[in-house]
Amino acid sequence: MIVFEEVAKRYAGGYTALAGVSFEIRHGELVVLSGHSGAGKSTLLKLIPAIERPTAGTVRINGQDVSRLPKRAVPYLRRNLGLVLQESRLLFDRSVFDNVMLPLAITGHPPGDATKRVAAALDKVGLSGRGKEMPIGLSGGEQQRVAIARAIVNRPSILIADEPTAHLDPDSAAEIAALFKSFNRAGVTVLVSTHDASLFAESQPRRLTLAKGLLTETV
Amino acid sequence: MSNWLYLHRRAIAQALGRLAGQPLGTLLSALVMGIALSLPAGGYLLLDNIASLARGVSGTPEISVFLDTGAGAADASAIEKRLKAEPQLASFRFVPRDEALGQLERTGLGDVLGGLSANPLPDAFVVSLRTEDPAVFEALSAQMKAWPRVAHVQLDSGWVKRLHALLGLGRSAVLMLAGLLGFALVIVTFNTIRLQILTQRTEIQVSRLLGATDPFIRRPFYWFGGLQGMLGGLVALGAVWLGVMALAAPVATLAESYGAVFALSGPRWPESTAIVLFAAFLGWVGAELSVRRHLATD
Repeated sequence: MIVFEEVAKRYAGGYTALAGVSFEIRHGELVVLSGHSGAGKSTLLKLIPAIERPTAGTVRINGQDVSRLPKRAVPYLRRNLGLVLQESRLLFDRSVFDNVMLPLAITGHPPGDATKRVAAALDKVGLSGRGKEMPIGLSGGEQQRVAIARAIVNRPSILIADEPTAHLDPDSAAEIAALFKSFNRAGVTVLVSTHDASLFAESQPRRLTLAKGLLTETV
Repeated sequence: MSNWLYLHRRAIAQALGRLAGQPLGTLLSALVMGIALSLPAGGYLLLDNIASLARGVSGTPEISVFLDTGAGAADASAIEKRLKAEPQLASFRFVPRDEALGQLERTGLGDVLGGLSANPLPDAFVVSLRTEDPAVFEALSAQMKAWPRVAHVQLDSGWVKRLHALLGLGRSAVLMLAGLLGFALVIVTFNTIRLQILTQRTEIQVSRLLGATDPFIRRPFYWFGGLQGMLGGLVALGAVWLGVMALAAPVATLAESYGAVFALSGPRWPESTAIVLFAAFLGWVGAELSVRRHLATD
């Protein structure tokens, strides 16, 4: 469960990214976050894994107040979340397999089981058998799939994606959106920001719309 | 525990991968560190050899305890008891006045001594100590002077003092050199790790986003610094052994010309291990400082 209570975020210099945003996302929901560039979508998403901290209000994840979480506890919060950022943020000197393996290496997962999990994650995103390839040889859509595999390999209960289809052609964007919808059908809570909410329309997701740091629409 | 070991194994593998991934840089760093460390290590070894050479040439230092000429067998026996009770003593021997006179006559002074009406020499004890520490010699000598019937105590420690002073000076110089060059080694590692952090910045950021803790991120850098230091230590050992092999023959020839038998010895196992571990420690310190400085604000 994700709960925002009167959350505000002001950056040094006075820029207000979020001004008193409140909403609640229940377990297993698919929520699409939309809004123009600069509306505060990325800031809102960064507050969930404590990449950013709110200047006012409270952010709760599964009952835990992450806005006041000690710095040393942040890594353990992030291990339970699946993060897909706008850019794939892959390590280009590592193979696809090693990129997806990274979250399991961080948690010290036994290598044998980790290998099976990586294979399963790659299979789920349609990249089965391509673990040995290097990311540089993949298309933008495929790189984003690797990033998604990396996000789900730890089997998180919440998946957060910041414009995962931003730089993709329409076909690739639809395929990526389909992946998120399939994860949601499997019971994962999905919060995805996008400029193109129509990609998720058929799943009839809940929609949050931001404008100038304010939640203008909750459908 | 097994998870902790796994994470360390992974960090070691990463560090080894980084070292192997830039062979030229690794080789140059190891050479810089090794050459820097070989100077104090070689200096220490040189002092060690000088000390053992001096012992070989001059023999063991001794204290001569002369009794007064009126002292009898009972007095000598009392002194002997006191000597036996002294824990610092390695050995002693009694030189009766007649034996001393005989030794003197054998040196060619028979004619001179023949003119004397009585034996002018006293009974004496020649004492060897377990230590070469001049302070112990001085203390024991002062103690013996106060014993009854002891007329004179001759301390055979002049050369010991000078040797100890020289070796002390040498050790201080080696320590200073080791401190300075050790500091340089720390700086070299600090900078290498700084560059590593810069090149791994994306990986560090991504790892943090995926839930990596600070120890997870820092661990490979610590191992990198330690392993690089260890390589430097091994190069230093190699350099010292090369020096020993190159100098062994000329030193032996020189010693022979003075009538001594002397073989230059290289670092033994404990010293070799200490050099490598010390270098690894310095590398770890450099890594620790760099990681604290460059990852704290990351």
